[in-house]
Amino acid sequence: MAWLFAFYRSQLGKKAIMAVTGFMLFGFVLGHMIGNLKLYQGAEKLNDYAEFLRNLGAPVFGPYEALWIARIGLLAAVGLHILMAYQLTQLNRRARPQAYAKKVPQKSTYASRTMRWGGIIIVLFIVYHLLHFTTGTVHSDFIKYDVYHNVVTGFQNPLISAFYIVANLALGFHLYHGLWSMVHSLGLSGPRVDPLREKAAVAFAVIITAANISFPVSVLTGIVTLSG
Amino acid sequence: MELDAKIPSGPIEKKWEKARFDLKLVNPANKRKFNIIVVGTGLAGASAAATLGELGYHVRAFCYQDSARRAHSIAAQGGINAAKNYQNDGDSIYRLFYDTVKGGDYRSREANVYRLAQVSVSIIDQCAAQGVPFAREYGGMLDNRSFGGAQVSRTFYARGQTGQQLLLGAYQALQRQVSAGQVTLHTRNEMLDVVTVDGRARGVITRDMSTGAIERYAADAVVLATGGYGNVFYLSTNAKGCNVTAAWRAHRRGALFANPCYTQIHPTCIPVSGDYQSKLTLMSESLRNDGRIWVPLRKDDKRAPGDIPEGERDYYLERKYPAFGNLVPRDVASRNAKDVCDDGRGVGPSGLGVYLDFADAIGRAGEDKIKERYGNLFHMYEKITGENPYQVPMKIYPAVHYTMGGLWVDYNLMTNVPGLYAIGEANFSDHGANRLGASALMQGLADGYFVLPYTIGDDLAHRMGDEKIGTDHAAFDDAEAEVRGRIDGLLSARGSRTVDDFHRQLGRMVWDHCGMARSSSGLEQALDDVQTLREEYHRDVKVLGSADTVNQSLEKAGRVADFFELAELMFRDALVRDESCGGHFRVEHQTPEGEAKRDDENFSHVSAWQFNGVGEASTEHREALDFEYVKLTQRSYK
Amino acid sequence: MNLTLYVWRQSGPDDNGRMVKYDAPGVSPDMSFLEMLDVINEGLISRDEEPITFDHDCREGICGSCGMMINGVAHGPQAGTTACQLHMRQFSDGDTIYIEPWRATAFPVIKDLMVDRGAFDRIIQAGGYVSVNTGSAPDANEIPVPKPDADAAFMAAACIGCGACVAACPNGAAQLFTSAKVSHLGHLPQGQPERLSRVANMVAQMEAEAFGSCTNHRECEAVCPKEIGVENIAQLNRDYLRAQLTGASTV
Ligand SMILES: Cc1cc2nc3c(=O)[nH]c(=O)nc-3n(C[C@H](O)[C@H](O)[C@H](O)COP(=O)(O)OP(=O)(O)OC[C@H]3O[C@@H](n4cnc5c(N)ncnc54)[C@H](O)[C@@H]3O)c2cc1C
Ligand code: HEM
Ligand code: HEM
Ligand code: SF4
Ligand code: F3S
Ligand code: FES
Repeated sequence: MAWLFAFYRSQLGKKAIMAVTGFMLFGFVLGHMIGNLKLYQGAEKLNDYAEFLRNLGAPVFGPYEALWIARIGLLAAVGLHILMAYQLTQLNRRARPQAYAKKVPQKSTYASRTMRWGGIIIVLFIVYHLLHFTTGTVHSDFIKYDVYHNVVTGFQNPLISAFYIVANLALGFHLYHGLWSMVHSLGLSGPRVDPLREKAAVAFAVIITAANISFPVSVLTGIVTLSG
Repeated sequence: MELDAKIPSGPIEKKWEKARFDLKLVNPANKRKFNIIVVGTGLAGASAAATLGELGYHVRAFCYQDSARRAHSIAAQGGINAAKNYQNDGDSIYRLFYDTVKGGDYRSREANVYRLAQVSVSIIDQCAAQGVPFAREYGGMLDNRSFGGAQVSRTFYARGQTGQQLLLGAYQALQRQVSAGQVTLHTRNEMLDVVTVDGRARGVITRDMSTGAIERYAADAVVLATGGYGNVFYLSTNAKGCNVTAAWRAHRRGALFANPCYTQIHPTCIPVSGDYQSKLTLMSESLRNDGRIWVPLRKDDKRAPGDIPEGERDYYLERKYPAFGNLVPRDVASRNAKDVCDDGRGVGPSGLGVYLDFADAIGRAGEDKIKERYGNLFHMYEKITGENPYQVPMKIYPAVHYTMGGLWVDYNLMTNVPGLYAIGEANFSDHGANRLGASALMQGLADGYFVLPYTIGDDLAHRMGDEKIGTDHAAFDDAEAEVRGRIDGLLSARGSRTVDDFHRQLGRMVWDHCGMARSSSGLEQALDDVQTLREEYHRDVKVLGSADTVNQSLEKAGRVADFFELAELMFRDALVRDESCGGHFRVEHQTPEGEAKRDDENFSHVSAWQFNGVGEASTEHREALDFEYVKLTQRSYK
Repeated sequence: MNLTLYVWRQSGPDDNGRMVKYDAPGVSPDMSFLEMLDVINEGLISRDEEPITFDHDCREGICGSCGMMINGVAHGPQAGTTACQLHMRQFSDGDTIYIEPWRATAFPVIKDLMVDRGAFDRIIQAGGYVSVNTGSAPDANEIPVPKPDADAAFMAAACIGCGACVAACPNGAAQLFTSAKVSHLGHLPQGQPERLSRVANMVAQMEAEAFGSCTNHRECEAVCPKEIGVENIAQLNRDYLRAQLTGASTV
């Protein structure tokens, strides 16, 4: 047991935790994006999907039960992920308190240098997003269980859509470096993997971001309308 | 003074075995009771300190760099010899022994050299076990190359970084002993004097180079592994910090300094580009295995090398020495380069350079093979000169590289001062008047891993009774006072010329009169000049700052002060040795073809000098060299 | 050519330090960067100003002593090159050059451009070796090493311990240095017996020093004068996780 704490206390251990939780979160956004594609199949399909999610695991689980388990899992992941990110970030600040008068980045990317900001934007987004589509608290005309309606009316507001687009761009960058980094942090590397790794990271990041952004865009451009 | 080399009796192949049997041993429990100081963490020092630590002694190791890993040994490129005969090309311990004595122009001790050849074999085993990434063949076995005049392939190498890889092996072994608590490391800590009590070495005085603190350390034995003194020439292939201070301080305390005039000029270095030049860069001699050396036939032919047709090129080494061609020993190759340049056929802006051409080798073996062999050397050359040696031939010129002379030691590597040892390049032992390529790494590691750790026990075993001496002993007070006096002297001169300025002038003087060619008239002249210049130095040197912080000018100033005294001794030694041998070429003594001409009648001996005070002529003591096994012949590489 | 330098001057560990402007007239393109500083220093001394302190020794790019930030890049603009091997032909007339020491909590400044890299030695002490006493080795050819392994080990072993990786890393992480030694010994049969305990102990020491943690920026790889690659860091992570999960770290 003691080794577990030692592992948790070590930087490389924390990195591994980030990688694993990051991977779970990545898994969620991927699945979530795919589910949301049902938006294009019209109201019933999407609402049925939401319905299905609510009754996930039936008959073993009653309504919401399995969903809550998943939610708790996700929550824990986000929590740990953020905690590790925070701790490591503090540590790294202490390791280089004094900046250079002049420093020219060589290989680091915009994405790698903005992981923390990206992360924060994502979290802010999630909070808003939950109040918006899940609880409806900040939604001007929210109809419980009519997910399709909520999404379309929600995105008809350009400001809200703009925010979603920005947030998802941030997510894209975060995922791009995150996915690459995750593999490396877990030591999954080698002459064969390395070139693929780069491409895979780009592919996933682009696909997820593009799809997510397509939702508000297609509502604004009238491709998706209330009437379906 | 009678010089007793303590060479064991018996047939040469049995001497080392006999010595190891006769040497008294210190039992493990008692080893703990002894403190040993090792100054220097190069191949010799690091291997010695690590091994002594493994044996159970308490060791303090010192180096002036910020890490033991940076010792000058790190720069060695070409390789290390060992009589493994893995290539099955007729090598043997006896052949390595014979080649080394011959290469040294018959001015080294047979017994020492034979032992060196014997332990060379264990060195490779040890290093491989430590994880030194030697070059391998596809079958996984160790690869070898022929190196520096050897006609067998007995040189082990790790690309062009053999010294680095060997040193890292020794450094790692050393760090292992540090974590085991057996060795205490003092980095950025420069030894400035040896402390002797009743004629026995009992400690050192050092300066912590980051705080300026003068420190005292007592011990039962002091080992100097402080390298060579090539920087007396200012321009050399040595690291900038290489110095003679440790050895010279020991010399001033009574240790004899042997054969100071035996210095080696390396034939393949990058020529000087301007007067700001701070050091010279060596291009490993292994390049001569594939490169062909030539100059234009015509004097001051300013055409680009490519425009000079074969017929108008003079491959002078191949022409004069058909048997060895470009692989003649260093002194021969260097002198010939000097001759063609003096003859006005040198190449490059300064006219002090010759071509080292790889066109044929690339044509024969292909660029890839050449890149695999010398890639990082070619890369380094291009960085420094801005020229691509795959396309244009390299320009090379000889430069000071190695010093065969050093503290006199007996067969047990102990100087004439009891308890004071010298190993590696710092001693004079194994290379005679000229060192063969890839044999210095071998000697450093032989001394450190396999010789000193045994021999030091013999003397210590006799010391069990001695009462321990603390750093509060009067001898430490005196030595520290002297050290402080010297530092204050340098700081208070407040003259008008920088240390480097003086050092450059001294270097030029030594190069002109005690470099590739030496003459009695020149040496007489130099003896006067150097004394005048030394006095001027102490009057007029300008060292800013204080002694109680980092002060790099002060560090240099102290080293250069010692170089001045050493230079004087070199001139004297070169003058007295009225013959030519190996790296010591007296123009008065040459064969009609301009080869070094030895005088075995009168000079088959080691000159070991005793210090009599600054400006006082030193006293020469002679150790006769007799050769039972090697037949003295006039070296001929034709 | 004529250059303008901004050099970090700091009289000692307790001094705050500052950038100071110097003119460097008449610089020859054939000078090495350190020779250019030598010339500056000779000038300073003649004007009774203390010369600039910087570490250097071999001036052949192999001892790892030298190292400074040159215009925001560790060891300067030329890839795979140490400061001492950098030549002035890499710059052009009129250039302004910023020169700063390695900056990292684990590398405290001693004076001007000279820093204390002792942390690297302590990482090696923690396990960067093969435990073999002098004399106990078998014949060198008894353990064949496949050429590819020997070459891979060599590539990693080429690390000169200069500290540029730490200096360049936005997190001041020592991952590349540590991983270089781990994978040098990890690629060789001689390194296997202690492989996992080595990585665990070296990483523990690395983390005990004030280094940051790696977030895979790859700045280190870009400035490493010996072109040590980040795949070594992945190897380090892999071996470390194995050590932790198999419990080898406790030995
Ligand atoms: C460029 C170059 C290439 C070479 N290539 C080869 C080769 O291919 N093969 C070969 O066999 N040989 C080669 N040599 C020669 C060989 O490298 C050296 O002779 C050998 O490494 C010397 O090792 P050492 O341990 O005796 O001394 P060094 O490695 O010079 O170590 C000296 C040590 O003493 C310390 N020291 C010095 N003075 C003091 C002081 N006053 N106080 C405290 N510490 C001090 C230094 O810090 C250092 O740790 C080469 C030499 C050069 C210059
Ligand atoms: C406040 C919230 C967040 C912060 C501060 C944050 C920060 C970070 C940081 C600093 C890293 C390490 C980067 C690296 O090691 O190179 C990281 C990695 C990662 N993050 Fe986040 N992140 C946050 C939220 C998220 C979310 C919501 C997701 C998923 C959608 C996510 C996915 C990932 C992934 C996959 C990694 C790679 C793991 C690794 O590199 O070890 N992060 N994050
Ligand atoms: C534009 C893209 C997105 C759309 C259209 C969208 C849509 C929705 C909708 C409609 C819901 C409510 C489902 C329901 O209540 O049944 C929801 C829930 C949720 N979304 Fe999104 N989402 C998007 C992007 C994201 C992103 C990028 C994240 C995370 C980084 C995210 C995280 C969540 C979470 C955590 C929930 C709550 C799930 C639950 O009920 O537990 N969403 N999303
Ligand atoms: S890894 Fe490269 S940059 Fe880092 S210390 Fe080693 S050589 Fe220098
Ligand atoms: S730059 Fe730093 S973040 Fe990692 S990859 Fe290199 S150590
Ligand atoms: S001075 Fe040795 S690497 Fe630059």
